[in-house]
Amino acid sequence: MSQASSEIVRISGHAGTVPGAGFNREYQVCKLVDTTTCIGCKACEVACLEWNGYTFSETKFDNSYQTMPETAWNYWNLIKFNEHERDDGTMMLLMRKDQCMHCEDPGCLAACPADAAIVQYANGIVDFQEAHCIGCGYCITGCPFNIPKFSPTARKVFKCTLCNDRVSVGLEPACIKACPTGCLHFGTKSEMKELAETRADQLRQQSGFPDAGVYDPAGVSGTHVIYVLHDAKNPELYGGLPRDPRIPLSVRLWKGPLKWIGNLAMLGGLVGLALHYMRVGPKKEEPIPPEDRRPS
Amino acid sequence: MSTTDTTPRVRTTTAFDQEPIPRYTMVERINHWFGAITYTYCLMTGLAFWTPYLYWMAAIVGGGATARFWHPWFGIFFTVSQFLMFLHWSGDMEVDNDDRVWADNIQAYIENEDDKLPPVGRFNWGQKLYFWGMVGSTILLLLSGFVLWYVEAVAWNIHILRYVAILVHASVALITIGLFLIHVYMSTVLEEGSFGSMIHGTVTRAWAWTFHRKWYYKVTGRARPAE
Repeated sequence: MSQASSEIVRISGHAGTVPGAGFNREYQVCKLVDTTTCIGCKACEVACLEWNGYTFSETKFDNSYQTMPETAWNYWNLIKFNEHERDDGTMMLLMRKDQCMHCEDPGCLAACPADAAIVQYANGIVDFQEAHCIGCGYCITGCPFNIPKFSPTARKVFKCTLCNDRVSVGLEPACIKACPTGCLHFGTKSEMKELAETRADQLRQQSGFPDAGVYDPAGVSGTHVIYVLHDAKNPELYGGLPRDPRIPLSVRLWKGPLKWIGNLAMLGGLVGLALHYMRVGPKKEEPIPPEDRRPS
Repeated sequence: MSTTDTTPRVRTTTAFDQEPIPRYTMVERINHWFGAITYTYCLMTGLAFWTPYLYWMAAIVGGGATARFWHPWFGIFFTVSQFLMFLHWSGDMEVDNDDRVWADNIQAYIENEDDKLPPVGRFNWGQKLYFWGMVGSTILLLLSGFVLWYVEAVAWNIHILRYVAILVHASVALITIGLFLIHVYMSTVLEEGSFGSMIHGTVTRAWAWTFHRKWYYKVTGRARPAE
């Protein structure tokens, strides 16, 4: 029985080259957000809510088109609107779809203490397993993008799954499906990177954005959500996208040297106390000499 | 004296030597054990969050999520016990000149050569170090603990607080673990009679004379003999 989707190594009774030899499947997925063609329609926000089974709840407007100030535990996809005045006095409305970046080197996962509460898949998706989450919030500290959000009712942390449930059965994420302008793309990491670079080049060559570029930050070894920005030199303009995100130094110290120094010190302390007892033994009370023996 | 001495010293304790002297009031003892239990809870759950190799400790107290729920509350309870201990003992914990000489010669104490040390009041310098170490640590753990407790409430523009809190909480907790290990070791196995004093509230006259001579003179109403 043929398995068309499997990689072929050898076939019997065949003259010449093996069909499909050298075929190499790329597992790394990537979402490309082209901020230059986003119109801020928020179809992706609605698709995200619908697919993930959340309903819209009360919100807070801050004199802007933005649905709410930050993503929420039950609102994983938010278009951030930023008015930007350029050097020539013209105004730009920058719109960036904010969601989990699915870092190759995820700070949330590094910080998490709960067994298997955060999983990174071979395709690059970083997903929270709420059944194992203990709600400590360490992931909130570990994330350089301010993405994991705590639910006070569930006492667990939630975030974008990159539609892991859809992607694992060959579908694109819900937000991609809903985008009407085609500013959202989904594919393999190398395809998306290539498409993003092509678009950035077009922006630089033809559209008068000499600083256009691709946001795929190296500090977290790249992300599985990448952006095309008109001004890649100032990512902060796009609703506070960090210029050089990395796992916070204090989290690295805490989970690295401090942990091993602490563990060795605790073990060493226990051994040291046992050795002390074996060497000098207990302190025993002494008889009171006669001059101090009078009752008070 | 050291147990490494070759000639065994004759110990003759009289009935007088074994008479009890009150050392800790009932309230002090209850509060001590309140602090001990709440600290131990925080220690076990905290170690569970500290390293995967000790995550099983969370299972003992009902699982990770339950441990995460109660850890801050037990931290608050421990802080209450520390505050009461402060009220009970801070007066007796002031470090005096004898303590400084004692501290300079702490090696003799470690080697069980207590007779080479200056006389000690109700608490020795080591106990005072432990006391003030725990009081200071409790304040730092409480402040950093609040940040970790409500980390999602820390606004993004001051999120450096999250980074400071996580390092302070872990580092200070490690310091308290060091202090706690020494405290438990000394009071349960090293210094005979100490553990019972926190249960019954009394020590023998001989214990008081041996380990806390200034305090022995004080509570027995006798002046310290001229040197």
